[in-house]
Amino acid sequence: MQKSSLLYSLITLVGVIFIGRLFQLQIIRGESYDPIHNAAVKVMYDYPERGYVYDRNGKLLVANQLSYDVMVQPNQVKPLDTLEFCSLLKITKEEFLKKFKKANNYAPWLPSVFQKQLAKEDFAFLQEKLHKYHGFFIQKRTIREYPINAAANVLGYISEVNEALAKKSDYYQPGELIGKNGIESQYEQFLRGRKGKKLYKRNNLNKITGSYKNGKADTLAINGKDLTLTLDIELQKYAQQLMKGKRGGIVAIEPSSGEILALVTAPSYNPNMLVGRKRSINSTILFNDKISKPAYDRGLLAAYAPGSPFKMMNALIGLQEGVINANTSFYCYNGFKYGKRKNAFMGCHCGIFGRPISLKTGIAKSCNSYFSNTYKRIIEKENKPTQGLNNWAKHVKSFGLGNYLGYDLPAGSPGLIPTGDYYDKRLNYRWNGSSTISNAIGQGEVLTTPIQLANFTAAIANRGYFYTPHILKEIEKKPIQDSTYTVAKTTTINKEHFEPVIEAMHEVFKTGTGRFSQVKGIEICGKTGTSENFAIVNGKREQLADHSILVAFAPKDNPKIALAIFVENGGYGSTIAAPITSLLIEKYLKGEITSEVSKYRETKMINLSLQSEYDKLIAKPTEEIASRTK
Amino acid sequence: MRQEQNNIFANIDWLLVLIFTILVGFGWVNIYSASKTVDATALLSFSTKYGKQLIFIGLTIPLIVGILFFNGKYYEKYSSIFYIISLISLLLLFPFGKEINGAKSWFNFGVLGLQPSEFVKAFTALAVAKLLSDRQYNFKLIKNQIKAFIIIFTPAFLIILQPDAGSAVIYLAFFFVLQREGLTQNYIIIGIVVIVLFIFTILFGTSLVLGTLLLFISLFTFYLFYKEGKRFLRFNWHKILGLYTVATLFILGTGFAYNNIFKQHQRDRFEVLLGLKTDNQGVGYNSYQSELTISSGKITGKGFLKGDLTQGDFVPEQHTDYIFSVIGEEWGFLGSSIVILLFMCLMYRIIYLAETHTNKFGRIYGYGVASLLFFHVVVNVGMVIGLLPTVGIPLPFFSYGGSSLWGFTILLFIFIRLDAHKNYDW
Repeated sequence: MQKSSLLYSLITLVGVIFIGRLFQLQIIRGESYDPIHNAAVKVMYDYPERGYVYDRNGKLLVANQLSYDVMVQPNQVKPLDTLEFCSLLKITKEEFLKKFKKANNYAPWLPSVFQKQLAKEDFAFLQEKLHKYHGFFIQKRTIREYPINAAANVLGYISEVNEALAKKSDYYQPGELIGKNGIESQYEQFLRGRKGKKLYKRNNLNKITGSYKNGKADTLAINGKDLTLTLDIELQKYAQQLMKGKRGGIVAIEPSSGEILALVTAPSYNPNMLVGRKRSINSTILFNDKISKPAYDRGLLAAYAPGSPFKMMNALIGLQEGVINANTSFYCYNGFKYGKRKNAFMGCHCGIFGRPISLKTGIAKSCNSYFSNTYKRIIEKENKPTQGLNNWAKHVKSFGLGNYLGYDLPAGSPGLIPTGDYYDKRLNYRWNGSSTISNAIGQGEVLTTPIQLANFTAAIANRGYFYTPHILKEIEKKPIQDSTYTVAKTTTINKEHFEPVIEAMHEVFKTGTGRFSQVKGIEICGKTGTSENFAIVNGKREQLADHSILVAFAPKDNPKIALAIFVENGGYGSTIAAPITSLLIEKYLKGEITSEVSKYRETKMINLSLQSEYDKLIAKPTEEIASRTK
Repeated sequence: MRQEQNNIFANIDWLLVLIFTILVGFGWVNIYSASKTVDATALLSFSTKYGKQLIFIGLTIPLIVGILFFNGKYYEKYSSIFYIISLISLLLLFPFGKEINGAKSWFNFGVLGLQPSEFVKAFTALAVAKLLSDRQYNFKLIKNQIKAFIIIFTPAFLIILQPDAGSAVIYLAFFFVLQREGLTQNYIIIGIVVIVLFIFTILFGTSLVLGTLLLFISLFTFYLFYKEGKRFLRFNWHKILGLYTVATLFILGTGFAYNNIFKQHQRDRFEVLLGLKTDNQGVGYNSYQSELTISSGKITGKGFLKGDLTQGDFVPEQHTDYIFSVIGEEWGFLGSSIVILLFMCLMYRIIYLAETHTNKFGRIYGYGVASLLFFHVVVNVGMVIGLLPTVGIPLPFFSYGGSSLWGFTILLFIFIRLDAHKNYDW
């Protein structure tokens, strides 16, 4: 026995190792075994139809269309009459050879797209002839169709899922379509439905030998859901028309619900550009345009200094904090001296020299001094400026500024609302109400996006609360239930403080900066603004034409629409932003533009192009355009 | 002196026969699963693999009866003749063998091909037993050791020349026999050290391994010098010098051989196994598919004929060398473990019986049988479950093929015959 112990123990050892290894393979690793990764299972997908998209009035915005691709599987191709085939597809022989070579290089045994998206009439003709050509066949696909040329930024588009995601995801396979941008991306889960799966057994030669487990693991396709948006496509179209030749963003919201009525970015593009044969060329054009940025949603992303409309914020906070009341007056001497040094002076265009200015006039005439005083009082109310400004920021943020608003679109920017701690860190505690005085008039560090500003306006229109703006109204005709969008959020300002501010905003369109853009029969409340902006040109900071800004809501009582508009380098708020605003409000509330005055305005705005202004930007050797900094 | 009973079945070890029957029977079930096609249904037919195998299995019965019919002592008496015939058959392959996959390993007789190397193992085992059981034989003499090596390595050498390195490797199994009969353990220790150094050299490169090895030798020398003083150096300097030289030559030689003498496909196999290379589609495809197939069986397996990877023919050579993966997929952890346990029982039983032989010849032969089976199972199953590099040798009793089945049947039943005979005088 002694001498045989070596072999005995080796047999035992090997037996233990082998059974251990089997345990590892079959029990530990076997648990995570999924038939989908099984080479012997072939999965065939059944693609459901993607959901349609409608606007708030039931107008079809996004539909599907069939598209026919000519496919080729190179290893099945037999010698063919190239000349005839090329004439069928309307291509040259060189193109034919090039395409064929490309497909063959990719994988001779796999089908690749030979010619994308045939015209419908070509398809019918080709279908009859194609059977002669072995290895070529036609594959049907569904692609998007946009009956109305508008709101490309809201709708987004669909494209092939990128490889990294396809690898990570347990749903998407390479080559499948996925929503990109806009609601196509945001509501991908609803729109796409769920693809059906059929599992087949196959052998090592890729031959299907029967269904897998008698179809027990198969699933049926579930169609995508139709979505109704809050968008009013007529308003959207009209706004896009008015923004022709300009750069900027418009966001219109229904204050009583937070529904986004229009979300405009200019310049924009025809959504059909990203469908069909020209798709790849067009996307290069759109996404590589770094100057006018048509694919950049300014309404959501562009953080501008809000300018004068921000004065209402300081008025409201002043009232809430009790540092001013509706009757408080300040003097203005063509500006406000906020420090001892000579240049510590903020100019003012209100034109009321040395006479007491009330809150109402302050807003109506956009007096810088009035709000500088107010802001200083707010900051200096507490012992330390840090506390004062933190308190101020708390009020501002309750309007949804300074952070992502939480709307249901994938793009966004938080903007910036400085707090006391922000300055403590940046300026090492050496600051006070005076040195941050720009915040009083919406310049300085403050940055907001058009949609944030529109929401701020809606909160004023509602006298103290708002619904988070949203774009989705109904899923399959059922109103959305998400409490994020159906429960009102209250601001930290009491209801009674809104009235004097609204009165003043009303005054803006009656006698103030917006008086030239009145609409008969509609009580518009608003506030114009002009935001300074600078570009760094050759390392030097240069002032550019101001951004034209306006926020407004209407009617004054029981408001139906609140909006914010930014026109880049559009000069004074009253010259471009105000007429566009009043046209939009008229269009939305009345359904059409009737009066002569408005029609004149309309033509003027549509034909107004700021292109020459923008060309100046390019003409200068601009290294970097910063739309903020002061 | 007792007379042998007329009934040749009386003293047979039925446990071995039972295990043999189970293994062969279960083997066929899995070959059926691996080679089943949709259309062919005839079981006894030369047109399908499983049909052929069933015929091969049927033919083992006359073979077994024939083996048992002979008196046990003839196997000892004529072992040299068997051995010489074996060598001749291997030699005849060179002019008459049929070349398959680049190796001349087969005689072709129409429908039937025979692979002599599968039979030679058994006869070599007889020859080794014959040599070592000689009363005059003393293992301490180098001359005798060399004799044993010649007997073992002549067939192995002829097989390498075919070339079929896989089938030649299993002749190393005879080292267990030699060790049992008193060959110094150093051979096995050296063998293990060589294998470990070989793997390390591939993994870490020659310079690192050589450096480390020389460092260890130096430390060891220094330790002994410290302990034993100057005397140690004076008497052992040539050994130390020799150790340095051998180590250096071996590592450098290994590196050189690996990079210049090994073929690319052999290097690939090692590198895939050692994880230096992942190539689940190319070189590593077999191992990867085989592991995947086994994993997918989980605890109880997918059931007979229900293994989709087996049925889809995803594992190459599944009915021959990779037959164990069918067991893994269709019979799961339970089935495959039971097969391992059965093999262990078979080997334990053979060793146990061999040790009860009073006759040296029977004992040594039995030991040879156990060692050969052990080596086959280790190399084959180790390969299929991804623990050892790809070496194409069959799994005893399971793999498809008449030669291998008959070879192992002869190997085992000669032992059963000898065992039945052990209580009688020679």
